Amino acid sequence: MLKTLFRATFAGLLALGTAYANDDKMSDPNPGDWPSVLEKANGQTVYWHAWGGEPRINDYIAWAGRQIKERHGVELVHVKVSDTGSVVSQVLAEKTAGTMSGGSVDLIWINGENFAAMKRESLLLSQSWANALPNFQFVDVTGKPTVINDFTVPTDGLEAPWGMAQLVFYYDTAITKQVPVSMVSLLEWAQSNPGRFSYPQPPDYVGSTFLKQALYELVEDPTVLQKPLEDADFKTVTQPLFSYLDDLHPHMWRKARAFPQNTASLRQLVADGELEIGFAFNPAAASNAIENNELPDTVRSFVLEEGTIGNTHFVAIPFNANAKAGAMVLADFLMSPEAQLRKQDPTVWGDPTVLDVTKTPAKERVAFDKLDLGIATLKPSELGIVLPEPHPSWMVELEKAWLSRYGV
Amino acid sequence: MLKHIPALTLFILIGPVLAGLLGALLPAFGILPTLGGTEATVAYFAEVLTTPGVMRSSCISLLVGLLTTAISLSIVMTLIAGWQGTRFFKALQSLLSPLLSVPHAAAAFGLAFLIAPSGWLMRLFSPWATGLSRPPDWLIVNDPMALSMMAGLIAKEVPFLLLVALAALPQSDARQKANLASTLGYGPIAGFYKTTFPLVYRQIRLPVLAVLAYATSVVDVAIILGPTTPPPLSVRLLQWMNDPEITERFKASAGAQLQLCVTACALVVWLLSERVIRQFGFKSVVKGKRHFADETIRKTIALLAILSSAMVLAGIATLGIWSFAGFWRFPNALPNSFTLDIWARQGMGLETPMQNTLLIGITATLIAVTLTLACLEQEARSGKTATSRALLLLYVPLIVPQVSFLFGLEILALQLGGKAHITSVVLTHVIFVLPYAYLSLADPWRAWDKRYAAVAFGMGHGPNTVFWRVRVPMLLSAILTASAVGFAVSIGQYLATLLIGGGRFPTITTEAVALASGGDRRVIGVYALIQALLPFIGFGLALFVPAILYRNRRALKATA
Repeated sequence: MLKTLFRATFAGLLALGTAYANDDKMSDPNPGDWPSVLEKANGQTVYWHAWGGEPRINDYIAWAGRQIKERHGVELVHVKVSDTGSVVSQVLAEKTAGTMSGGSVDLIWINGENFAAMKRESLLLSQSWANALPNFQFVDVTGKPTVINDFTVPTDGLEAPWGMAQLVFYYDTAITKQVPVSMVSLLEWAQSNPGRFSYPQPPDYVGSTFLKQALYELVEDPTVLQKPLEDADFKTVTQPLFSYLDDLHPHMWRKARAFPQNTASLRQLVADGELEIGFAFNPAAASNAIENNELPDTVRSFVLEEGTIGNTHFVAIPFNANAKAGAMVLADFLMSPEAQLRKQDPTVWGDPTVLDVTKTPAKERVAFDKLDLGIATLKPSELGIVLPEPHPSWMVELEKAWLSRYGV
Repeated sequence: MLKHIPALTLFILIGPVLAGLLGALLPAFGILPTLGGTEATVAYFAEVLTTPGVMRSSCISLLVGLLTTAISLSIVMTLIAGWQGTRFFKALQSLLSPLLSVPHAAAAFGLAFLIAPSGWLMRLFSPWATGLSRPPDWLIVNDPMALSMMAGLIAKEVPFLLLVALAALPQSDARQKANLASTLGYGPIAGFYKTTFPLVYRQIRLPVLAVLAYATSVVDVAIILGPTTPPPLSVRLLQWMNDPEITERFKASAGAQLQLCVTACALVVWLLSERVIRQFGFKSVVKGKRHFADETIRKTIALLAILSSAMVLAGIATLGIWSFAGFWRFPNALPNSFTLDIWARQGMGLETPMQNTLLIGITATLIAVTLTLACLEQEARSGKTATSRALLLLYVPLIVPQVSFLFGLEILALQLGGKAHITSVVLTHVIFVLPYAYLSLADPWRAWDKRYAAVAFGMGHGPNTVFWRVRVPMLLSAILTASAVGFAVSIGQYLATLLIGGGRFPTITTEAVALASGGDRRVIGVYALIQALLPFIGFGLALFVPAILYRNRRALKATA
């Protein structure tokens, strides 16, 4: 009897405590004290603003939502956005309107210049939370340095690594017999196959990556790209790139008077036979597309001799997020060996893990090793050299220069 | 209470537009304190005007607006001139009116899937007729001249203008004038243009201006079909708004002002052209040339009208096929295999957007139709009809470019509600739904025979009883049609839902555009098809409910 009474009182106190904790908006959750984060997160609804253009990824996100609902009582709402830049704008609009807490965005799928902009404008949760998440211990900080350096900008724990990306090309073996292995040979290839190559129109993310990829190969000294732009003369450095593009464009699809708007339309054009070479920022892109009837099963992948650009994508919490604890719980779950394993499965998504597989628990380690990466996916050893992203300032100027030369 | 409704309605319509314009005007001059913008400057205007290609973008917007409107109006008018009263015209009318409810985005997707070099048309005729086993490298969709964008807009505006013109015809004594003109030896087209056109045009002038303003600032159709090097101004505006570089917001605000100027410029050019055409018209009336040999024009215009509606319908059919397609290699006329995968996979994700679409659409329609009824009833009771100036106000939300005021409104909504709330989304929809509901209901409402009311009053009933027991039941069909129009308008809203809802209230349309960025034609097919079908359900209900309710009231059936 006494015991029951004690229990009831304790439960009541606990409930009071929880209610108090939920009301307490001033103090942000401390990921160092994980049980308290879990407690705060329970019952919260996390609005995750993530690009929604890929049904496979949407399905994966829905799965993650079901898991954290079941395990931690966190409700996930996937706000499907078509452009992450608009989310940055939205958080900014809230700051403009004075919404300093209870904001509408709890978590953002982000990297590169969007992250750089949010970090610079102090639009992110300011404490270094990501490195303190329990599952961060499995992250491959030494083998995959981009997990803490986002386009050369240190993440400072403001965003949690979610997946790896590398630029990988693909082509239909039923139509195309020979593919270029460098930017120079791409030009020759385009000359003998007029109208069959194109790239997504910058500032599309992958389109801009194509420019950076070409720049890497054509620039005299690639190390200048790792530093902010102000240290170099943009015109001189990029001159070889633009004279290359001047040569390439007349041989491109629609004579470069129109461009596919993103990788997905690029893929569609390859499937339609309008283009012969496609590329994506995911080594499993081709296998996925075959699985999904979007590309014929004769498609295979390839990379360039001198390497292709790779980076990491992340999740970040805005400074005024309403469900910070819930967002942390979600970010931690997304980094867990279990979630990362499922993400790398090409029948699910095929996005490479940010973890050091050898550090993960035995069960996942074995499963990672056994994973069938798909018919058109290159093995990790075949992916070649991974080139680091240039500093974001380069991308901004490249996009501007491209726009004024070719976009108008 | 009822007395104040017209004023309240105007406030609901105009208030947010003005507030939104103001909200974008201040940042355009560099004032946005949270971003450190405290001093007024014109630097951002200079920045916008010196952006490479911005002049070309503005010219595209201007020309697309003017040409689209002029061509659509000519098609509609010449069609009525050459074919009114014929059986072909009736048939065409029933072919065109369902197109009215197809959202612009869905129609644009359909068209893109149809006419692209690897589109369905090419697949149907390849390789047996064209000899092509690979799609040709032709610049059709997204062409720099914006031809496909204009085609898409014209295909959508023709049904709209036809509908408003048909509503205006009875007040112009079109039939008698046509008879008279033909006894004087005029060809049907010349006869129409010389006698009826000035009267009809006067009545449909505002909808024409709305079409003009819309075409100069449209976003979704421009993204799908428009040029990309550079895109029309409205699309660039959206790009600046979404740019992660935060100072671009100032530029976007200044750009919003430029968009206002472009639209205003289009309106001015149009109004000036009206005068010029008027002068020509007078001269040609005086000259009295008969132009009786107009058979070729009649046939061409009929062909054009059939073609434009057939394109939209075939486009929708293409969407349907893609939504069930397995891999579909060019130049096969049909997919290599069919599958239910996409529908099955999208099915789960459809639930929330569907709920939001219905919730927002139905609520906004209810509010808009209620306000419309209240305004019209107040008008009937006070005996004061809305002046043409009041009517002009009704068109304000349709004429002011959406992109220009929604961004300012976004900040406003945030300041009022703290965070995005579904109420603000619904109210924003009302701004766009109300004018259409009003325009669709006003004419039948006023055309109602007031002697019914006199009889009821004579039996000792008050105005409320007359309203509920006589007028509403008799006009039920018109009210439901107005609701269906409003619902269709709500479904088509993209920017309003996205910006004001902060992305929290995904609807079929916002999901469709978000998924369109993924480019999978199957998924786009699913969403665009649903987007196109939902308004049909609304119109279907508007047809069937009165038919069932009044199955034993023969005279009421004719009012549909």
